[in-house]
Amino acid sequence: METTINPSVDLHRDDTASKIGMWLFIFTEILLFGGLFIVYSVYRFRNPVAFHLAHQELSVTMGFINTVILLISSATVAIAITAMQKHNKKLTMIMLGLTLLLALVFMINKYFEWGAKFEHGMYPGSELMANLGHGDMLFFSLYFFMTGLHGVHIIIGMVLLTITLIKVKSGAVNAGKYQLLENSGLYWHLVDLIWIFLFPLFYLIH
Amino acid sequence: MSEEKTHVVSIKTHLLVLFTLIILTVITVLITSIELGPYNTAAALVIATAKALVVLLYFMHLRFDEPIYRIMFGLVIAIFVAVIIVTFFDYLYR
Repeated sequence: METTINPSVDLHRDDTASKIGMWLFIFTEILLFGGLFIVYSVYRFRNPVAFHLAHQELSVTMGFINTVILLISSATVAIAITAMQKHNKKLTMIMLGLTLLLALVFMINKYFEWGAKFEHGMYPGSELMANLGHGDMLFFSLYFFMTGLHGVHIIIGMVLLTITLIKVKSGAVNAGKYQLLENSGLYWHLVDLIWIFLFPLFYLIH
Repeated sequence: MSEEKTHVVSIKTHLLVLFTLIILTVITVLITSIELGPYNTAAALVIATAKALVVLLYFMHLRFDEPIYRIMFGLVIAIFVAVIIVTFFDYLYR
């Protein structure tokens, strides 16, 4: 290390508290999406046939590709933290950059997926959706809302990871102080975690 | 203090975990593509839960961190499961 930090002149810092704070936030997110999963399950339970038919409109291939992309991006964030712990700043930055790139690819895929639906006149508030059967409408409303909310989380995660990347580059986040990297990493894994359940529920189960 | 506690997970472990997760994803896609009736949903959810556990334990370091994180996580999941049970009792026996 090029700088030695004297703990006695260091500002008060509590890494454990910071991490517990992040986990508490993650718990609220889990319960938010958890609530939506319960809503989905109940509506599915009441409209099994409509949900089964509506789900066939979604492309399993697209969902599968996006799942793999998110899994890889989760691994790259985890590797970035390991690299930081091993004082390998360059690898940390490469891995964070790779994660951002994969996140972007995920969003581009989402754009095409949603774009194709929009072209067919299938979007929230459209005439086509208003004229759908009760069950189909519920399925697509939940699909747009839950994958949309997940997409918002991806964008927030990308902003967080970009800030982290800049701070790693400037040295503000370093091997002796990388709580921001760890917390952004936790957030990114949460995004992956939610998708792990979204993928089978919307694309696979029939 | 915190330097001694940190457990460094090797890059190799992370890659192995990633490989496991991708294999599990392929298995879910294959399983749900064959007709199993009600077991379809069960299989997909069991595998999704397994994947989530792997992410939580390895990528999110729950396995290596102090027990407090595992305890907190367990409590939150217990609350969530309780809500699921109550909701479904309501809908099944209404």
